Amino acid sequence: MSERVAVRKTYKLYIGGKFPRSESGRSYLVQSGENSTANVALASRKDARDAVVAARAAGSGWAGATAYNRGQILYRAAEMLEGRREQFVALGIPGDEVDAATDRWVWYAGWSDKLPQVRGGVNPVAGPYLNLSTPEPTGVVAAVAPAAPALLGLVSVIAPAIVSGNTVVVAASPTDPLAAVTLAEVLATADLPAGVVNILTGRIEETVPSLAGHRDVNALDLTGVADAELATRLEVRAAENLKRVLRPVPAHHDWYADPGLARMTALLETKTVWHPKGG
Amino acid sequence: MTATAMSARSDLTELGRSETALRAFLHNLPGVDQVGAEQRAAQLGTRSIKATAKAWAIDLAIRMVDLTTLEGADTPGKVRALAAKALRPDPADPSCPHVGAVCVYPSMVPYVAEVLRGPAGGAGPAGAGAAPAGVVHLASVATAFPAGQAPLEVKLADTRAAVAAGADEIDMVINRSAFLTGRYQEVYDEIVATREACGPAHLKVILETGELATYDNVRRASWLAMLAGADFIKTSTGKLPAAATPPVTLVMLEAVRDFRAATGRQVGVKPAGGIKTTKDAIKYLVLVNETVGPDWLDPDWFRFGASSLLNDLLMQRTKLTTGDYAGPDYFTRD
Repeated sequence: MSERVAVRKTYKLYIGGKFPRSESGRSYLVQSGENSTANVALASRKDARDAVVAARAAGSGWAGATAYNRGQILYRAAEMLEGRREQFVALGIPGDEVDAATDRWVWYAGWSDKLPQVRGGVNPVAGPYLNLSTPEPTGVVAAVAPAAPALLGLVSVIAPAIVSGNTVVVAASPTDPLAAVTLAEVLATADLPAGVVNILTGRIEETVPSLAGHRDVNALDLTGVADAELATRLEVRAAENLKRVLRPVPAHHDWYADPGLARMTALLETKTVWHPKGG
Repeated sequence: MTATAMSARSDLTELGRSETALRAFLHNLPGVDQVGAEQRAAQLGTRSIKATAKAWAIDLAIRMVDLTTLEGADTPGKVRALAAKALRPDPADPSCPHVGAVCVYPSMVPYVAEVLRGPAGGAGPAGAGAAPAGVVHLASVATAFPAGQAPLEVKLADTRAAVAAGADEIDMVINRSAFLTGRYQEVYDEIVATREACGPAHLKVILETGELATYDNVRRASWLAMLAGADFIKTSTGKLPAAATPPVTLVMLEAVRDFRAATGRQVGVKPAGGIKTTKDAIKYLVLVNETVGPDWLDPDWFRFGASSLLNDLLMQRTKLTTGDYAGPDYFTRD
């Protein structure tokens, strides 16, 4: 019997719950583990646009889901990630980074139904009104994941955005995209509705400027943009339609530290309701 | 064309006088190669239209849109807003052309006329009359749209009322019940009667291809409508899930091409329903150019019955002029 031929994987994009190749048909080579290489899709502007369409379409359903339901789905993502620990280690992600990423999903999952209490509440007003403020998701978030740590950094960008009901289009680390595509496989089996998370692999300079200028994107998270000049340029484009912008995170940032609420609260809008008091 | 069909065509005006002649003619039309038509339409849909050609196509498509609202919930306010949008689809860009027409129910026609023709009623006391060139036309559905299941007198009264209120284009539905039963004469006579009731207004005949079952029937219904005097043939009411498709439109385009070759009279085509994106619209324009040629690439001869299509065209147009992808938040809904 002849020797079995290995089935090698092409790492594709994750858009609208599917794993398409780049519309441009392009791919690029990256190091995979010790001594092998893998083909990864090289996303184009058109892919970025398709991802925004998918994210927008998923928005109302995800924002309208109960906080409890969103929390459960995020928790399930942690479960799926735990089950694939070995796969991530084989891709060269250190074991404790995978554990930290799993814990981060769980940590953010717990926030889904607590965030409205921390960020909202009853406002004291001088009048016969019950005045309530509640946080609402801002909409579609375009994000750039940090180049390293590839998995923990990516999770730390995605989870705080989606836990409150936003949908994201995230540009993965260009040098280390395999963890991102594998995370997409985790999310695809975590009951996360199609389009809530969309992952693009390839060059930041190619996809992110079109996302920064896109009028149907509500927030821009520049966390992983290392080039200060590019970050400024993106922020200027984002100002065109008043996107919320998160500035880049310094290279020495400790991703293992307690992330705090800042990433979640930066991507919220506040809805305030004045309700006349009866009687 | 088969020899029988050619000879039967020698005197087309006589056909309407006898059910037998009409049936013989329609049934002798060559059958449609279903696989071929679908393949051809799919193949033409793969053409890549970019940059300046795309900009030209988008502007043409905007001029071809019959901006439509046919809901039970239509109000005077809503149709006035729609008419204002028809005149100036993108208020931020004066270079953006106006649409081809506004299409509403007869009861809403006066409110649209008020916006399109001014409060004095440019249509005059008679209310009827072909609109001058270069303006937004006012189309109204009539003849008991969408089912068409009403007595003929009711359908004709419906038509006259719409024309009297100021409509210069009437979208009628054919009697599918009679057509599918094979009572071609009845369908023919109804179209002729409606044509008369229209007066100077243009008549668009809706075949409702989703209910005709086969492409052969689409071809027969197209010929029947044109023989009876249609100015336009239109695919669908938009009230059925099976609306305009590229192959159906291809069959209808072939019919208008052959009809002009046989009679010298040019008839327009209007696909309606389900055309929602710029990409879809451009596919249809390619289909028109490749099937009947540039003579039909004009709002007088080809229209899109659509509502959400316009916003997508405007967003694509903005993308081409500004370089940034536009969002739906920046354009009015409906």
